[in-house]
Amino acid sequence: MIVQPWFVDFAEGIADGEPVYLACEDCDQVALPPRAVCPECGTRTLEERPLSETATVTSSTRIFSSIPAFADETPYTVVIATFDEGVRLTGQLRDADEVELGETVAVGVEQRGDDEWLVTFSPTD
Amino acid sequence: MTVQIAGVASTPFGEHPDSSTRELFTDAALEALEDASLSVHDVEELYAGNFIGDVTDDQGHVGAMLADYLGARQAASMRTESACASASSAARSGAQAIGAGDADVALVGGVEMMSASGIEEVTDALANAADNEYENEAGLTFPGIYALMAQAYVNEFDATQEELAAVAVKNYENGVSNPISQRQEETDVESVLDSPPVATPLNLQDCCPITDGASAAVLVSESYAEERGLETTVSFVGSGQASDSLALQDRPDLARTRAAERAAEDAYERAGIGPDDVDVVELHDCFTIAEILAIEALGFFERGQGTRGAVEGETAVDGRIPVNTSGGLLAKGHPVGATGVAQIVEITKQLEGRHPNQVEDPTVGLTHTVGGSGASCVVNVLRGGE
Ligand SMILES: [Zn+2]
Repeated sequence: MIVQPWFVDFAEGIADGEPVYLACEDCDQVALPPRAVCPECGTRTLEERPLSETATVTSSTRIFSSIPAFADETPYTVVIATFDEGVRLTGQLRDADEVELGETVAVGVEQRGDDEWLVTFSPTD
Repeated sequence: MTVQIAGVASTPFGEHPDSSTRELFTDAALEALEDASLSVHDVEELYAGNFIGDVTDDQGHVGAMLADYLGARQAASMRTESACASASSAARSGAQAIGAGDADVALVGGVEMMSASGIEEVTDALANAADNEYENEAGLTFPGIYALMAQAYVNEFDATQEELAAVAVKNYENGVSNPISQRQEETDVESVLDSPPVATPLNLQDCCPITDGASAAVLVSESYAEERGLETTVSFVGSGQASDSLALQDRPDLARTRAAERAAEDAYERAGIGPDDVDVVELHDCFTIAEILAIEALGFFERGQGTRGAVEGETAVDGRIPVNTSGGLLAKGHPVGATGVAQIVEITKQLEGRHPNQVEDPTVGLTHTVGGSGASCVVNVLRGGE
């Protein structure tokens, strides 16, 4: 499978403690890379900004049956977490089996294989 | 130009280990053409949905392959792909070709062979409908994505697993009376809750099965139907298709399907109707939560009220708005590339008064098919004769 350079950049930003997101200078809509066009207003005025390293849990699920790449790792939990800036990100839960809705989690990444990256979230308490 | 449905057919849904993509589609297409009293040489346009054949069969160029093996080499052929909504896009494309006056006969359909591949391989292939980097690389499966939507819905509206399970109970019961249905056994709330967890809060019986199947419909122009003396009573009167963010994380409300709302609004406007005019519905219940989100997006229930449908019998065959009288994807089965036209087959039979779970005198029927977690949605509206 082709490794997408934009995702490597995004993941390495998290790994380096310098995650980024995109904000529209025209309408304040927020988004994640690699967009050229604001999904809300259609202008090309997206600006890269620094993203917080913590977020709060918006939804979560514990997965018992998975795709081949993760089949040997079940069960595991996937969460969607919302950052203060407004963007949401999907990642696997670490250091716990379950989280509460609204709980604060720290974003991280794990490298899998040569250039594949897995986004993670860990409870901060 | 009015578009009419001259013939429809689905193969039995389930496991067809001795068949293949080309053979199964040919079975459905020949039966639909026979139902229409037309021949393979009458077909001018052929649009067919197929989603995972590139992965499972190592076969692309599926439109031409299907036209070839059907003996319809004169036809313009094309595969339509919009994940699980692929066949609905095929039907929409065929109706557009006739509506524009470009063709008189369009064969639309779809096919998927899923059971011969392992469950992990199929899960992997289906995951191609999700955002590869932001979702699959995080280990998110399709049931996992719908589970995140279900969890968000449960959190926002205090819904329960029992209320989700009621959708499976209703659709399994409908499936038992449908001869093509893959699942031929009823279930109850307790059995759904006791079935193995797949992705919390969804259990195995909250999820549609892995299905082989094909469906086809013959669309013709009104003038052609008159000229050939075809018996057609059902018309294709409106279609809407829309998009949303590919990844669930980019939607402001995880428990809401905006592509479906947009597609429905467009389809209602083109058909000149509103939700209250709809008499029977086949919709995309790939998971129990999906039916609840769909009946809200289509305007049959207020947001947060969709659980009432199955729990209080409002979506039963004899209810206020009958939903998935075929058994739906949950019981009838979900050969992903065929599903949208399979729904049209069921609605056509309802409007012609020949459905195994016949609704009393329906006039307007609707199909709703979702691609992926809702990044695409197609709504098609059919009208029966008076
Ligand atoms: Zn903007």
